[in-house]
Amino acid sequence: MIPAPFDYAAPMTLAEAFALLEEHGDEAKILAGGHSLIPMMKLRFASPEFLIDINNIPGLSYIKESDGYLRIGAMTREADLDHSGLIRSRYPIFTDASKLIADPQVRNMGTIGGNLAHGDAANDHPAVMLAMRAEVVISSSEGQRVVPIDEFFFGFYMTAVQPNEILTEIRIPVPPAHTGNAYHKLERKVGDYATAGVAVQLTVDGKGFCTHAGIGLTNVNPTPMRATRSEEALVGEKMTEEAIARAAQMAAEDCNPSDDLRGDEEYKRAMVGVLTKRMIHKALERARS
Amino acid sequence: MKKEITVTINGEKHTATVEPRTLLVHLIREHLRLTGTHIGCDTSNCGACTILVNGKSIKSCTMLAIQADGKEIITVEGLATTEGLHPIQEGFKENHGLHCGYCTPGMMMRAVELLADNPNPTEEEIRWGISGNLCRCTGYNNIVKAIQYAGAKMRGETLPSTEPEFV
Ligand SMILES: Cc1cc2nc3c(=O)[nH]c(=O)nc-3n(C[C@H](O)[C@H](O)[C@H](O)COP(=O)(O)OP(=O)(O)OC[C@H]3O[C@@H](n4cnc5c(N)ncnc54)[C@H](O)[C@@H]3O)c2cc1C
Ligand code: FES
Ligand code: FES
Repeated sequence: MIPAPFDYAAPMTLAEAFALLEEHGDEAKILAGGHSLIPMMKLRFASPEFLIDINNIPGLSYIKESDGYLRIGAMTREADLDHSGLIRSRYPIFTDASKLIADPQVRNMGTIGGNLAHGDAANDHPAVMLAMRAEVVISSSEGQRVVPIDEFFFGFYMTAVQPNEILTEIRIPVPPAHTGNAYHKLERKVGDYATAGVAVQLTVDGKGFCTHAGIGLTNVNPTPMRATRSEEALVGEKMTEEAIARAAQMAAEDCNPSDDLRGDEEYKRAMVGVLTKRMIHKALERARS
Repeated sequence: MKKEITVTINGEKHTATVEPRTLLVHLIREHLRLTGTHIGCDTSNCGACTILVNGKSIKSCTMLAIQADGKEIITVEGLATTEGLHPIQEGFKENHGLHCGYCTPGMMMRAVELLADNPNPTEEEIRWGISGNLCRCTGYNNIVKAIQYAGAKMRGETLPSTEPEFV
C-alpha cells in the first residue's frame, strides 16, 4: 500500500517549520514518529498534501525535571522513556505503560508528542497524562501557550493543536511525597490497542486519607476520559476496600465504551471496574513504599 | 515531486531519486533489489520488513525512503561477512530457528539490536524483544534458542546445546 502523493520538507529549525505550516495551512501535517500517520496514509484514511518532517529539528527530545515539572520534549521516543534512569526510578507508571504500548520497533519511532497529538482515545499516553494532570506546551510563530490536559482532547482525532502550531513539550507536575501511580490495559495481544485501560495517580497522607486522585481511561469513550466522579469519591476518604470499590464502580458506570471486536459494552464496563480497582491498589502500594 | 536521496546500505552508498511517498521497504526491494527484506502484513504489525536504521530496528514498511536520507541502513544481506555467517544467522541455522523463513530476516535484524542493547537477555526479555515480529511456523521456542545461542557466541561463552525442541 502506497500513500497518495504528497510533497515533503524536513526543516532544521522550528521557525522554518512554522513558516511551512503557515504557507500550507491545513493541507500540511507534521510527521513525527510516523507510526500513526503513515499507516493511516497507506490506508488513505489521511491524504495530506504536504508533510513537514520535524525529526531533524534539534532540541525537541529530552526528559528532565525542572521548576517542579517533569518535562518531556515532544519528539522523545517511547524507547527513550524506556532507557531513562529518571523515568525508571521515579515514574513507574511509564514503565507499566511501556510494555503495553506497541512493540520494540514501533517504540523506536513513536514519539510521546505524536501519541498525544494524534488525538486517539485508543492511545495509552492520554490516560496517563490525565491521571498525572499534565500540561501541554503548544508553540507557533506567535510564541507558546500552555494547555491543561483537560482542555487538550476535543474529539475524534481532534486536539487543541491548531494547523499553524506544533506540540513541543509535555509538563507533568512532579508528584508530591506519598504519591503512587500505575497503569494497565487489557489487550488481546502485544501491540493491540486497549480493550480498556486505566491510569491512576494517588497521594495519601500519614493517616491513610487520599489527598489527590487522578484517574484516566483509555479507549472507553470517544475521547480520552477523566473519571471525575471516581476521583471526587476518593479525595478526603480513607482508602478502604469499600471506598475503592465505590470509585471503581463509578468509573465503570461513567465511561462510554462502544461494542466492537474487542468486546461489547457490558464487558468493557466490567473491565474498567476491575482495572480501576487494581490500579488504585497498585498506586496505593507505591505511594506507601 | 521527486527528490534525490543518499543512503548507505550495508556499507555502500547509494543515490536514488524517489517520490516522497515511496516507502523505505520499496526502495530497498525494488530500487536496490535487496529482496532479503520481506513485506508480510504491510500494516506495521508483523516485523518481516525490519531493518536497522542508524543501529535502531524499525519496520521499513512504515518509514518513508526520504526519511532515510543520509542514514546508515543494514539489511539481512549485510549480516554475513567474508569470514562467514553472523552469530545470529549461525544461531538460527544451528537451532532450527526457521521453517518457511519468511519472518527470519526481520527476526534476525530485530535480534541484532536486541543483543546490542542487552548482550545477555533473559528469556522473558527475548520474548518481549521480538514481540513485534510474528512467526506463523516455529512457535518461537527455537527462535528464542537461536537468539540465546547468538548472545552466548557474541559474549565468547561456550555455546548452548542446539538440540531442537519438540513441543
Ligand atoms: C503496530 C502498532 C501498534 C501500536 N500500538 C499502540 C499502543 O498499544 N498504544 C498506543 O498508545 N499507541 C500505539 N501505536 C501508535 C504509536 O504509539 C504511534 O507512534 C503514536 O500514536 C503516534 O506517535 P508518532 O510519533 O508516531 O506520530 P505520527 O504518526 O508522526 O503523528 C500522529 C499525528 O499527530 C500529529 N503530530 C505528531 N507530532 C506532533 C507535534 N509535535 N505537534 C503537532 N502535531 C503532531 C501528526 O501530524 C499526526 O496527525 C501503535 C502503532 C503501531 C504501528
Ligand atoms: S510488512 Fe512491515 S510490519 Fe509487516
Ligand atoms: S519461519 Fe515461517 S513465518 Fe517464521
